[in-house]
Amino acid sequence: MSADRVISVRGLSLWYGAFRALDRVDLAVVPGEILSMIGPSGCGKSTLLRCFNRMNDQPYVRTEGDLEVAGYDIMAPKTDVLALRRDVGMVFQRPNPLPLSIRDNVLFGVRLHASRTPKSEQEGLMQDALEQVLLWDQVKDRLHDDAETLSLEARQKLCIARLLPLKPKVLLMDEPCSALDPNGIGAVEELMGSLRGKYTQVVVTHNMQQARRISDRCVFMLMGELVELGATVDVFTRPKDERTARYIEGRYG
Amino acid sequence: METVTRRRPPAHTRYVEFVIEGLIRLSGISSIVFILAIFVFIGKEGIGFLAGHFVEMLTSMDWSPTAEPPVFGLVALLVGTLWCVGLSLLISVPVGLAAAVYLSEFASERTRESLKIIIELLAAIPSVVWGFIGVMILNPLLQDMGAQVGLNGLNGAIVLALMTLPLLVSLGEDALRAVPESYRQAAVAMGATKWEMVRRVLLPAAQRGLLVAVLLGVGRCVGETMAVLMVTGHAVRIPHGLFDPVRTITATIAAELGEAVRGGQHYQSLFALGILLFAVTFVVNLTADFTLRGRRER
Repeated sequence: MSADRVISVRGLSLWYGAFRALDRVDLAVVPGEILSMIGPSGCGKSTLLRCFNRMNDQPYVRTEGDLEVAGYDIMAPKTDVLALRRDVGMVFQRPNPLPLSIRDNVLFGVRLHASRTPKSEQEGLMQDALEQVLLWDQVKDRLHDDAETLSLEARQKLCIARLLPLKPKVLLMDEPCSALDPNGIGAVEELMGSLRGKYTQVVVTHNMQQARRISDRCVFMLMGELVELGATVDVFTRPKDERTARYIEGRYG
Repeated sequence: METVTRRRPPAHTRYVEFVIEGLIRLSGISSIVFILAIFVFIGKEGIGFLAGHFVEMLTSMDWSPTAEPPVFGLVALLVGTLWCVGLSLLISVPVGLAAAVYLSEFASERTRESLKIIIELLAAIPSVVWGFIGVMILNPLLQDMGAQVGLNGLNGAIVLALMTLPLLVSLGEDALRAVPESYRQAAVAMGATKWEMVRRVLLPAAQRGLLVAVLLGVGRCVGETMAVLMVTGHAVRIPHGLFDPVRTITATIAAELGEAVRGGQHYQSLFALGILLFAVTFVVNLTADFTLRGRRER
């Protein structure tokens, strides 16, 4: 892996049974950037995202091609999937904090992967993570409360915070704002902006305006094919491909 | 011009509606009626005796209702019941919960379906047949293991465990499968192994349902009569070892009610046992309820 790319995809194809969900995708993701992936439903953007931490490991899924993420050769059967998922965190569409306290949610990963971490250090990691997601002031007096007592927006931030103590290299976000109200969307987008540079963020979104607001570069996908990849500004103002232009104009999708 | 009016159902439809609604309402409250009725009938026969012999029942080790003078000591019977139930839970809870976890998380769809059918078959075996198994199979087996009498507390506990397993497994599996898929996804995406996911996320999340499963198991054990009557040895004594015979409250009632003179002291004492049995299950349920509440408010 060269220093200028944290994810490198070469000729990646994926089949769900007989259905081809990804068609020879090539992509390189630069460390620290926010890359958004847009395209109509079923275009393969979520599938591609889930390849990056091997959440597609199912018997009916077949893949072909090369994929390297954070130094892991994803396709190799011997790859340590647990370590990969430590270094590549994922945020889901619906906030899914675990049925534990706020504190235990943030420290869940530490307990899985670094259970020997001294208690005092754990406290620091937790506070740091909650500060990074701009949640600390709101929850510092109720760390033992059930995570499910938080608002939807705070829960989603918590889901991001629980990835951070493990110092991940990549954060994969699968439509992280689609369950939130406009205020929540704004808050989470602001948070993503503040994490720019510290972590590489790959964001799947249905919301084109969001892609435009937050991402440095943008990928447009259609029917399993990566149609266009470029600086977000260019993709939205000077798309090279006719199909991208028509999607962005809202002709379909 | 015709005006549009709201449709009014014909008279007979409204009548039928009224009757059906009444019947449904009646079914709904019938459970309360039945409970109250049971309360009243058992209470009527037993409460007088219980009030008169309360201290004796709770202090005497001896249960000799037909001796002269009769002795009505409940302690040994109560210990016998708790002994069997406790031992059986030691067997059935770990095995049952492990089986539930296996079915809900590890088994393939086909294995799960076939195993569930077999478990339901197990649940359908009448308790007297379990008694047979205890007498015919466990009895000699336990004697081979060194028990003087094969019909003893351990035999009863094993039989009770086998009887409660189906309940524990199917209710436990339901509780685990009711845990939202998103929790599993979250844990797996963070690099948890399947077992870590089960231990750190699934079991705590399903705690409530699992506890309910165990409690229903306890209720089943405490109330079970025929099988324990057949296999526990029917000796009124405090057990000192696994192989000691015991007698439970339920078995006492079942065995003696037929020969007790109706309305006599012995007869009434058995109803008093019934009240205490009721009280035991009530306390178990109440404790569980409070534990759950405590957990939620934490």
